[in-house]
Amino acid sequence: MRIQTSDLSKTYEKKYIALENLTLDLSLNGIFSIIGRNGAGKTTFVRIMSTELMPTSGSGFINEMDVVSQAIEVRQQIAVVPQEARPLPWLTPLQTVSSYLMWRGYSYREANEKGKEALRELGLEGKESVKSRKLSGGQKRKLMVATVISSEAPIVFLDEPTTGLDYLSRKELWQLLSKMKKDRLIILTTHYLEEAEILGDQIMILDSGKLVDIGKIDDLRSKVKLPYVLKVYSDNFKIEDNELQVHPVSEKETFVYGSATKIYGLVPYLVTNKMKFTVEEASLSNIFEQYLGGEEGENEKEDW
Amino acid sequence: MKRKIGSQVLASVLVNSVYAMINYPVVLINTLLAPLAILAVVTFASKGALLPVAAVGALIMNMVSSGTSLQQDLSHLKNDMRLQDMIVSSPTTSLVYIVGMAISEIVYSIPTLAFLVVLNLIFVKITLLGGLIIFLDMATIFTFSISLGFFLSTFTSDIIQSWGFSGILSPLLTTIPPVYYPITYIPYPYRYLAYLSPTTYASEIAQSQTGFFNPGVVGFSIAWIVLLAITGALTYLALKRSRWREN
Ligand SMILES: Nc1ncnc2c1ncn2[C@@H]1O[C@H](COP(=O)(O)OP(=O)(O)OP(=O)(O)O)[C@@H](O)[C@H]1O
Ligand SMILES: [Mg+2]
Repeated sequence: MRIQTSDLSKTYEKKYIALENLTLDLSLNGIFSIIGRNGAGKTTFVRIMSTELMPTSGSGFINEMDVVSQAIEVRQQIAVVPQEARPLPWLTPLQTVSSYLMWRGYSYREANEKGKEALRELGLEGKESVKSRKLSGGQKRKLMVATVISSEAPIVFLDEPTTGLDYLSRKELWQLLSKMKKDRLIILTTHYLEEAEILGDQIMILDSGKLVDIGKIDDLRSKVKLPYVLKVYSDNFKIEDNELQVHPVSEKETFVYGSATKIYGLVPYLVTNKMKFTVEEASLSNIFEQYLGGEEGENEKEDW
Repeated sequence: MKRKIGSQVLASVLVNSVYAMINYPVVLINTLLAPLAILAVVTFASKGALLPVAAVGALIMNMVSSGTSLQQDLSHLKNDMRLQDMIVSSPTTSLVYIVGMAISEIVYSIPTLAFLVVLNLIFVKITLLGGLIIFLDMATIFTFSISLGFFLSTFTSDIIQSWGFSGILSPLLTTIPPVYYPITYIPYPYRYLAYLSPTTYASEIAQSQTGFFNPGVVGFSIAWIVLLAITGALTYLALKRSRWREN
C-alpha cells in the first residue's frame, strides 16, 4: 500500500490554514499513526485523503490514484470512521454494521454474517439487537470501528478510534488492529502516544498544519537531542548538567533525559553509590515533548 | 469483489425507513396524520364539495413533502451523525445514495399513499388515462422535490441551517400553492404568486383530470412544460452541483 502527498494544503474559508505544504511518500502495510496537538490538522489530512474534503492546493494519492480526480477508484479501496461519527440511535448495532457493508455492495446475507462476526470480535455480541442509543460512549466507538474492520477495504482510516475506551478495551482493539494490519494499511490518529508508539509502524507528527517529522519510532528518537531516559530511585540523587534534563518525579524518584553517552556516563556513579536505576529509550511522549516544546521541553524551545 | 448496486440502494431504504418503522412503529401514525388533517379541514369547510380535489391534492402533497422530509433526514444524517462522510468515502455514489433515500421516503409514506389511493378510487371519478396522467404528474413533482431536498441538504452544515431551508421550502411548496382547492379560488393578483411554485403546475395538471379546473390544451401544455423544465433543471443541479464532497 502506498500513500503520497505533494505540497498538500488546506485553508478553510480562505483564512484558516489547517494543512500547509505537506509532502510525504510512504509504502507500507501496517499502521500509520498520526499524532499532533488539537487543531494540528490530523482530521483535515484524513478527510482529504479519504476523498471527503477537497484540498485547497497540492495533491494526494492512495495507491497511485489521485484522491481528487480518481476519487471513485480510491473509494473502492478505503473505509473510514470519522472522528465524530456516531451510530444512528434508532438502529441496532447489527443493523448499523450490516447496512454499512451493504453500502459497500455486500448482499444482505453476507452483510449480516460479517456484521455478527465483527461485533463478536469487538465484544459487542450481547448487544446485537438493542438500540444503539442504549450503548455506552465507548461501546458506540467500538461499534463504529466494527463497521469498517468488517469490510474488505485494504486501506482503513480511523480518526481517534480509541478516545473514550477503557484501558482494557483499548488494548483489545490494539490486538485486533495488529491482527488485521498484515495486509492492510491502517491510518490511525490518536492522542494516546503510547498507542501511537506501540501500534505505529510509521509515525507522523503534525503541528499547526505542518509536517514536523515522519518515520519509525527509532528514526524519530535518533533525531531528538535527548533520546535516553535514566530513572533513578533514590532520595539523595542530585545532579546538575546543562546537557541533561532533570525531572524530579517525587522525593525518591528522578528522571533524567539525555544522550546515550551522557546517560551511560552516569552509571558508574550510580553503581558506586548503590542507587537503584533503569535506563530506557525515550518514549514517544518524551520525543513528542522534545519536538513540540511544552513545559518540560523548555530548553529546546529556542531551537524550534 | 463484485459490488451489488441493489444492495447499496436497499441499505438506504432499510436505514432511513424500514428499520425506523420496525424499531419505532409510532412513526407510521405520524406520517398518516399530516396529509389527513388538511384533507379533513378542506372537506368539512367545503361541506364535502372539495373532497375529490383535496383527495387528489393530498397525493401530490405527499410527493412534495417527501422532498422536504428528505432534506431534513439527509441533513441530520450528514451533520449530526457524520454518516454522509462514511458514504461519500465508500463505493456508494451520490446517485445511488439519493435513489435509495428517495425510495425510503416513499416506503415511509406507504400507509398514507395506500389510504389516499383507496379514497381516490371511491370519491374521484377519473378515466384510466386521467389516472395515468396523475401518476406521471406525481412522479415528476416527486423527482423535483427529491432533487431539491438533496441539493439543499448537501449545503447545510448544522441543524439550524437545515431548519432554515425547510422553513422556507415547506410553506412555499406545500402551504401556499392551491393543491387542496382549485386555483380559481385565488383572486388576482395573488394568483400570479401561486404560479411561482412548481406545485401549482402539478396540481393544475391533476385537477384538470378531475374536472375541477379546466386550463384548456394550451394551459395544460404550459403546465407540463414548466413543471418538466423546473424538474429537469433541479435534477441537473442535484446531480452536478450538489456538494457531495466538501470544499
Ligand atoms: N470546517 C472548518 N472550518 C474552518 N476551520 C476548520 C474547519 N475544520 C477544521 N478547521 C480548523 O483547521 C485546523 C485543523 O483542524 P483539524 O480538525 O484537522 O485538527 P485535528 O488535528 O484533527 O484536531 P483534534 O485533535 O482536536 O481532532 C483547526 O485550527 C481548526 O480550527
Ligand atoms: Mg481531529
